[in-house]
Amino acid sequence: MIEGACIGALILASAFVDAAEETRPPLRVGSKAFTESVILGELVTQIASAQGLRATHRRQLGGTKILWAALLRREIDVYPEYTGTIAQEMFSGAALRGDEAIRKALAEQGVQMSGSLGFNNTYAIGMPEQLAQSLGIRKISDLAKHPELKLGFSNEFISRTDGWPLLRDRYGLPQRDVRGMDHDLAYRALQSGAIQATDLYSTDAEILYYHLRILEDDRHVFPEYEAVLLYRADLEHSSPGATAAFFQLVGKISSPEMIAMNARAKLERVSESRVAADFLAAKLGLHSAVSEETAISRILRHLQEHLFLVAISLLAAIVVALPLGVVSARFPGVGQLVLGAVGIIQTIPSLALLVFMIPLLGIGSKPSIVALFLYSLLPIVRNTASGLRNIPIEVRESAQALGLPGAERLRRIELPMASPAILAGIKTSAVINVGTATLGALIGAGGFGQPILTGIRLNDVGLILQGAIPAAVLALLVQGLFEVAERVLVPKGLRLPVRAE
Amino acid sequence: MDPPVFQLTGVSKSYGGTLALAPTDLSVLAGQTTALIGESGSGKSTLLRMMLGLVHSDTGHVYFQGVELSPDNVLALRRRMGYGIQGGGLFPHLTAGENICLMARYLRWPQSRIDARLAELIHLTRFPEGGLARYPSELSGGQAQRVSLMRALMLGPEVVLLDEPLGALDPVTRYELQEELKSVFEATRARRATSVVLVTHDIGEAAYFGHTLVLLRGGRIVQQGTIEQFMRAPADPYVTRFLRAQRTPMDALQSAHP
Repeated sequence: MIEGACIGALILASAFVDAAEETRPPLRVGSKAFTESVILGELVTQIASAQGLRATHRRQLGGTKILWAALLRREIDVYPEYTGTIAQEMFSGAALRGDEAIRKALAEQGVQMSGSLGFNNTYAIGMPEQLAQSLGIRKISDLAKHPELKLGFSNEFISRTDGWPLLRDRYGLPQRDVRGMDHDLAYRALQSGAIQATDLYSTDAEILYYHLRILEDDRHVFPEYEAVLLYRADLEHSSPGATAAFFQLVGKISSPEMIAMNARAKLERVSESRVAADFLAAKLGLHSAVSEETAISRILRHLQEHLFLVAISLLAAIVVALPLGVVSARFPGVGQLVLGAVGIIQTIPSLALLVFMIPLLGIGSKPSIVALFLYSLLPIVRNTASGLRNIPIEVRESAQALGLPGAERLRRIELPMASPAILAGIKTSAVINVGTATLGALIGAGGFGQPILTGIRLNDVGLILQGAIPAAVLALLVQGLFEVAERVLVPKGLRLPVRAE
Repeated sequence: MDPPVFQLTGVSKSYGGTLALAPTDLSVLAGQTTALIGESGSGKSTLLRMMLGLVHSDTGHVYFQGVELSPDNVLALRRRMGYGIQGGGLFPHLTAGENICLMARYLRWPQSRIDARLAELIHLTRFPEGGLARYPSELSGGQAQRVSLMRALMLGPEVVLLDEPLGALDPVTRYELQEELKSVFEATRARRATSVVLVTHDIGEAAYFGHTLVLLRGGRIVQQGTIEQFMRAPADPYVTRFLRAQRTPMDALQSAHP
């Protein structure tokens, strides 16, 4: 019966979500939570729109695992990826060498890969343009002739076996003054002259900003991270013309162009949509409409998305957890099992739970609601059970001795008496839920996590606060709401101070 | 003579291997007050709760007015009994009046009948009428006990079962309430044959109320009879010890002036 209620509540919740997603656009483009991926996703979306296809962009979804799972599950149709990532992360066991091996491995999963979009976003060594010119350094091997140069690398690069140690050995680099530092600090150190070269990604926006020269990896030490598009092999069936549309991007984006686009979005704070539209207009003569939201309408949209996630998941959790709590109080053995189970759910890191959900439920609000629902169970079940168990035995037996049937005892005596504890449990769940719902943005559920994610990506504190402050205010409001609800719902007799004898 | 209101045959109870009540037979006579006495853990409360079906006997049978208690009829039978417990066992979220009338409302008594019965009970227990709107946490111990008694009597039960009803009260209130309770018992008995079963560890209280006393020790009945029989013909040295295990101020005077 309880299982039935669980499933019922889930179906109810999914039905809501399904209704909201009924009109499916033909082409769904995904992108990862960093600026370059979002710009590439915008380019694909706009180029498809310009060809008369309907296309939507589910931007900045978590990371590689989430996008890959979403692609396999047909939640998205296409997304930008890097060959190195495919080889190193997605098929890490297979030791794939070369594009052909990668294509074959992908094909086994029913996925195809476009040709390179034209740039390689790999590790690179950069140094100030002026200095490089005066010393005549063009390639990494040129560094060997200047042992006096001070090098500063990101901590990760210095410790990775395929980072600095490999580079030093392959090129026989003589520099001894090498230090590890934070990536952002390394740029400042370059500017101040404290170091003369650092590692970076070859399309970083900062390359333009700090006027850096990328040294050619003439001995091919760094793996290739060619930008490509991944799409399912049957896409042409479901969405005719889509592949032809985005194939127009193949080979069209050079490294300097990508750096420039990254810089506009990241340093000049131009929206990714605008950056992509301008590129398509200049490069391919395509004109696409860019609609930009005002800050107010964006916050309202996020509020709506956030409330949707919280309300549905909390409601479903109450419907399921309350009976579970009642059963747990009634049968202590079952109670231990139930509390153990919902307790274990609580220990699963939220990001991991979201990733687990994708193969079952895809991306978007559905898996987020289910994850939030699962997290909301424990406080409600536990408080309901303990609230009922803490009813003094003489009160419980008095109700029994009156000849009141079990269901009536529960309704008239036990639940009202446990109501302060139950409400406190629901309040805890609701407040935690409001906070956790920000993670929904990682799998495309929107909400206040969206500006936080964008803010982190762009290193824009203002944008982070646009998500963090409303989320915090919402949590406080929810807390306040429940305090009001306690006054209304908790019977008066339970709120009186106990008379001292 | 009337048939017994309760007939228990061969009832027993153990909790996880610990014996609470050895196989026991007991008849509770109608129209009388029967006092179950004994120390803590003697089994007297277990016996009382068996009569209500709150505790299920491991063996034997419990008959109420000749009908055996079973899961099918226990709710209906309980409505013909009244139950009161130490401290009152009142529902803290309901007012005194709501506590008393809960079952009558559930059984859809007409409001006029509820009002009339309530007026009778207030008169009987000398409870201040304004107190009905108070919550249990706003009542004194004695008032809570009166509310508990009214709740037990509301449906006009054939038997009233009280478990240490005056246990938690201070001595003066307790003394006053004992008198009151006795007059309540007599008043209800005058109208119909209401029986009372009272659990207490206080021999004075038992003797004051009880027509029949049942002394238990370690889950067994030691003796059953009137207080005169207990005094004149104790079945066991323990009976005498139990009767004497009560100090009065006179003891102090006697030891001070030998």
